[in-house]
Amino acid sequence: MMPGPMGPEVRTEAARLSAIFEGLGAQPVDTSILQPADVLLDLYGEDIRARAYVTADPLRGEMMLRPDFTVPVVRAHMDEGGDPARYCYAGEVFRRQETDPDRPIEFLQAGFEIFGGDPAQADAEVFATIADALEGLDLWPSTGDIGILMAAVRGLRTSEARKGALLRHVWRPRRFRALLDRYGARTPLPAQRKALMAADDPFEGVGPVLGLRTRIEIETRIATLRDEARTPPISEEEMELIDMILDLRETAPNVLSSLRDIAVDMPAIGDAVTGLTRRLDAMSARGVDVQSLPFEGSFGRTTLEYYDGFVFGFQSPTRADLPPVATGGRYDALTRQLGQGRAVPAVGGVIRPELVVQIREGRA
Amino acid sequence: MTIRLGVPSKGRLMEKTFDWFGARGLVLRKNGNDREYAGVVEGIDGVELALLSAGEIPRELAAGRLHLGVTGSDLVREKVAGWDLRLRELAHMGFGGADLVIAVPQSWVDVDTLDDLDAVAAAFRRNHGFRLRIATKYHRLTREFLREQGVADYQLVDSQGATEGVVRNETAEAISDITSTGETLRANGLKILSDGMIHSSQATLFRSSNADWSDRHRVTLDALEDKLGL
Repeated sequence: MMPGPMGPEVRTEAARLSAIFEGLGAQPVDTSILQPADVLLDLYGEDIRARAYVTADPLRGEMMLRPDFTVPVVRAHMDEGGDPARYCYAGEVFRRQETDPDRPIEFLQAGFEIFGGDPAQADAEVFATIADALEGLDLWPSTGDIGILMAAVRGLRTSEARKGALLRHVWRPRRFRALLDRYGARTPLPAQRKALMAADDPFEGVGPVLGLRTRIEIETRIATLRDEARTPPISEEEMELIDMILDLRETAPNVLSSLRDIAVDMPAIGDAVTGLTRRLDAMSARGVDVQSLPFEGSFGRTTLEYYDGFVFGFQSPTRADLPPVATGGRYDALTRQLGQGRAVPAVGGVIRPELVVQIREGRA
Repeated sequence: MTIRLGVPSKGRLMEKTFDWFGARGLVLRKNGNDREYAGVVEGIDGVELALLSAGEIPRELAAGRLHLGVTGSDLVREKVAGWDLRLRELAHMGFGGADLVIAVPQSWVDVDTLDDLDAVAAAFRRNHGFRLRIATKYHRLTREFLREQGVADYQLVDSQGATEGVVRNETAEAISDITSTGETLRANGLKILSDGMIHSSQATLFRSSNADWSDRHRVTLDALEDKLGL
């Protein structure tokens, strides 16, 4: 009999993980199950509705059953936390499942988060803590670093408008690719856009301007599009460097040496590469086998978590049908958004105790 | 022991459904007076006719309370999560065609593609302090489509009718709605995005995987499929 997502052995496992995290000085945080929907919607957009249960309170408006702990923990820290701070939590999260009826809609998460401190040290501490807590389970780690891609985009020799548009879509690979290919002139300008650029009066024959978006807003965008049309394409050299970063898939030391080569032509990623070096050193000092540690340039771009630096996951090689047992990463930008101007470096990881139990029992 | 066939209970969709089955030698008829929502199927044994609102047929099929049902493929995709695990398409019936599309004001001369819509949504949020509103009753289909296409910074607002009017009334900036000819959209000052086609829908005969398919029901289904040439 497979343990359910909430059975007693799963709760025992969650308690074991919490004890480990508390033993490292993490302060337990208790957050409400019902979270204000507007904060989550502003952060994640409409997509969160497909993943989280929405309910309504007559006085507070739309509320969501917490889909994870990240947002409430960041809010708690911003309200009263010191710096640096370590937090841990264990509790239910709720996920709507629109396609796969076999995936649980309610399960436990046990997590460990570090706010502030030296980023490389904090990244290494979170990864090593999660890895140690899962010791003996024979899991395969994956790692990546979205900060390298973001640094590469910021360093492109092109307009700020283009960089902004690309950075906005770092977590939406398909739109990112479409934008990049257009900025690099790999795809031609659509005919409608060419016609618009050539028109003397773009508004000719379209009737009155309808709705809240004003004529001035439309004219402003046309001006932006004209600037864009005049901006030279991103060079083929830079396009290839971005592709190389996205396609990296090797052990961490080999990736590091590739990145050092790329940094010669793209100095803007220098700091991010130094950061990766320092992180790998810190991980090694904590006993992580970095020689064989896998690294992927695109890892973590499709989750809804908005990680913007180090990212990692642990998956069972024999149970590829299961979701990752643990995931985590750095989310500095998210704290800035939630902190209304205030930001704090933050990194964390979560373990799903029910998957730990399933894999452990599968081995026994 | 009969299998239940659900068909739309009124209007052109009902008439066209009756015609479609009639052309294949099966006479569908409403019982007695026109107000009654029960009927008979002539030309085959063991099939019972249920007349229902087209919007309820997807749910009844998914629950297995109907064995077979005729409804729009858009309604099934919108209302039944994981529909392809629970229902099977037996026949596209060639009528009731309508496209679910994203439309924006014609005065948005700078917008022709989803790429434009996405860029406008980002600027709109900066300028107005809230996410660009797309009015629809097809929440799931629209959200999945926009996620797949990587469009961000929008919000869906519910609109159960007269959706073409929401932009003029300033309760939304764009719409995701069903259109067959695009005429109502144009009359309301809207245009369809060139890559804004979410789903091309038509009346479809569905089979429920969750219904009771005992041996006797299977024999009836085989006979019915023979008649229908499926």
